Amino acid sequence: MSIKRYEQLSFEQIEVLREIGNIGSGNAATALSSMLGIRVGMQLPQTALASFDRAISLIGEPERLTAGIIIRLSGDMSGMLLHLYEEPFAAAVIKKMTGRSGTKLNALSQEDISLLCEVGNIMSGSYIAAVANMVGMKIELSVPGLAVDMLGAIMSVPAVELAAVGDTVLLIKEKFTIDTVEVNSQLLLIPSAQSLGVLLERLGAEL
Amino acid sequence: MSRITVGISDRKVCRAPDELATYALGSCVAVCLWDSTAKVAGMAHIMLPNSEEIPNDNNVNKFADTAIKRLYEDMLLSGASKGGIIAKAAGGANMLGGIGILSNIGERNAEAVTAQLKRLGIPLVAEDMGLNYGRTVYFRAEDGQMTVTSGLKGTKII
Repeated sequence: MSIKRYEQLSFEQIEVLREIGNIGSGNAATALSSMLGIRVGMQLPQTALASFDRAISLIGEPERLTAGIIIRLSGDMSGMLLHLYEEPFAAAVIKKMTGRSGTKLNALSQEDISLLCEVGNIMSGSYIAAVANMVGMKIELSVPGLAVDMLGAIMSVPAVELAAVGDTVLLIKEKFTIDTVEVNSQLLLIPSAQSLGVLLERLGAEL
Repeated sequence: MSRITVGISDRKVCRAPDELATYALGSCVAVCLWDSTAKVAGMAHIMLPNSEEIPNDNNVNKFADTAIKRLYEDMLLSGASKGGIIAKAAGGANMLGGIGILSNIGERNAEAVTAQLKRLGIPLVAEDMGLNYGRTVYFRAEDGQMTVTSGLKGTKII
């Protein structure tokens, strides 16, 4: 059975999706930690079922300059994975990898972009590997695309792709911190409505 | 003067001295209509080009074709005159610069907006559409001035 629109989800089903986020994020945090040799903290994942406008405001200030790595999912699960970097997080990652400090999002070099894409790629790969393993699905990832722009404009990419199936979007959101609580980034899993039913069924949630 | 926010898949009309605003457009398009005599302005923030592709969706503000038609009707009801209305549009970016993992929805939105305005006989007198960056749009009812700002590319007045 498949869910046609997000509006049909129950509270319990959303809790199950939160657990997916938890498992994926744990794995992604471990990957980041071993790559950079630092402690990576994470909070409890949040899920939100919201209109596009509200979803963007839950993530941050719409006009805030953000770097976003966007990966499209296909195979047994379709949807998108977004890795959003705020400037302090991007700067901290680049400093750990190259020793260079003071990275600004509005002046990224080609090397910075490659590094951020690579970190996003590794974290996303770990996240999806854990989820795929848990639910017994084969999930493929596209090459990552990077956009540095206003948060709202970056979020319009999944919003528009999903607009054909409803007016709400489901977010499974995780915040990572490195070194200090002020330095954070967010990883968002946005499954397509078609994939949700299959996903919940695999997890034994009542449909 | 108050500033009225237009959300995603939303449309609003205001009168001078007020202005309309929509924030951080990516591939979506802000379509603005203005009547210089009545000093009435309208804005629609559309996400997708064509309502006919998704027949079971009745959110008229989401699609270029239906949203522009309704906005035009709102303008007439607010005192604008047929033939006195002009249009300006901004947005329709390709956020990932043609990386190929996503559809070219920004470009299709821009084309659909241009086509629907033409069908309704509304001249598109200024536009800032396409390329690969996000835009915030302000539109004044007083003089029909559109201000387009972006995080990286500065401010444009059209």
